[in-house]
Amino acid sequence: MEFASLSEFIAMGKHGLYVWLSYGLTALIVAINVALPLLRRRRLMKEQAQRLRREKRHASTT
Amino acid sequence: MWQWLTQQYHRMSSPKWFYELTGRWVPWLVAMVVISAVVGLTLGLLFAPADYQQGDSFRIIYIHVPAALLAQSAYLMMAISGAVFLIWRMKMAAWVAKVIAPVGASFCLIALLTGAIWGKPTWGTWWVWDARLTSMLLLLFLYFGVMAIQQAMESEDAGHKAAAILALVGVVNIPIIKYSVEWWNTLHQPATLTLTEKPSMHPDMLWPLLIMIVSTYLFFALLVILRTRNEILWHERKRQWVKKLLES
Amino acid sequence: MSLVVATIRRDLLLAARNPGEWANPLMFFLMVATLFPLAVDPDPKFLSRIAGGVIWVAALLATLLSLDALFRADVEDGSLEQWLASGESLYALALGKALVHWCISGLPLTLMSPLLGVMLHLPNDALLPLLLSLAVGTPVLSLLGTVGAALTASLRSGGLLLTLLILPLYVPVLIFAASAVYQAGIGMTYHGQIAMLGAMLALAMALAPFAAAAALKLNLSR
Repeated sequence: MEFASLSEFIAMGKHGLYVWLSYGLTALIVAINVALPLLRRRRLMKEQAQRLRREKRHASTT
Repeated sequence: MWQWLTQQYHRMSSPKWFYELTGRWVPWLVAMVVISAVVGLTLGLLFAPADYQQGDSFRIIYIHVPAALLAQSAYLMMAISGAVFLIWRMKMAAWVAKVIAPVGASFCLIALLTGAIWGKPTWGTWWVWDARLTSMLLLLFLYFGVMAIQQAMESEDAGHKAAAILALVGVVNIPIIKYSVEWWNTLHQPATLTLTEKPSMHPDMLWPLLIMIVSTYLFFALLVILRTRNEILWHERKRQWVKKLLES
Repeated sequence: MSLVVATIRRDLLLAARNPGEWANPLMFFLMVATLFPLAVDPDPKFLSRIAGGVIWVAALLATLLSLDALFRADVEDGSLEQWLASGESLYALALGKALVHWCISGLPLTLMSPLLGVMLHLPNDALLPLLLSLAVGTPVLSLLGTVGAALTASLRSGGLLLTLLILPLYVPVLIFAASAVYQAGIGMTYHGQIAMLGAMLALAMALAPFAAAAALKLNLSR
């Protein structure tokens, strides 16, 4: 291992700010990119279920 | 052989087939992405030796280079998908092209941000108007243009077509990005990886980079698949097989 | 072919009768270039270094101004549908429109550029390269512009979107053209840059009308 301790790892040889800012921003953008399609899928499934229920109700009353 | 190819081609244009096939792939992809990312980042952050000149800030490379590579190839894939849609009117191709745009733009943004941040300890400034960084900024504009025109058109079909045309026109920009480092004398380092030359990096530094590149591309595939499945669910929502999906 | 020629003749005639179409962008060109000494520094030494770039940026913006209305009138009065129904080559039509646009926009800009060069203290060595770069570069701007104009022709606020779509595509032209003018100004060779502009022009002439033609078809009302 290149770093002897956790504090050394975080410090990244005085460049800690830059390294962790980069990794942090990336993690944020990655998280958004994972969350958006998952949320949309959930919404689509919910809407689809609602639509099906409405259709069944409509079919049973006609 | 030819028959098999045409069979695959027709299969690929079927949303149902795509949905079912990718449904099986997703868990494996997730596993591969996570494992490769963990391995790559561990090696890169903990085990790769610090760079002689740049110190530990060089570790940003493990995000910056994969993101930059992906931003460029994603645009190309988007353009190819758009072309397939324009020529063969394959709906799936239109949806894939549409879906790639925001993902590619995200990685382009990552590449730009990490590139700028990396520049500060290396060259002393938060931004440098050199050819490579500037071209990546232009690529981001190109992505935005494709997304904007798609949204602005009145019908969805016109939007797909307009985006495809614009993406193809923008593809001319990609070679200019690739060779801009050769054309101009700039601050930016020459490319650390070329297919024909031996990489100028120490193997302990190189392996995590290669692993991260693979991981990023796999992650891209996963995102595109997830988003395309959503497009399929939306567009095919009136079909029987989608309705059956919910009952199972 | 006759439809293309007729369209070119008609558009040029319309532009001749409607001087604002070609004069306004020209005035804009002049005014934008004037803004820079006012905003920054009228010192000749400073201006001579940025003159080429400023003139080119001004030319770019002036071109974008005149692109917006390129196809809109044809969409609205049904000419576009007539073209499509006529069976004539849309490629030739798009090329013709680009030519007309250049005659109304790029050509006057090119001819006026030496005046701006003098006003902005452009080095004498750079005047001819400026003319050359504009003469070769502005047709590329017109050709690429027809693609953007065709894509946004039926959109209500298409003008700004057109700018966003086309500007990134213009940047390589800008880079090489401004570089040619700057290098010439400091006494270095600039032929490579002009050659690159020529290559871009050849590529644009060959490919842009295809894209514009495809985009034009999108403007048919459903």
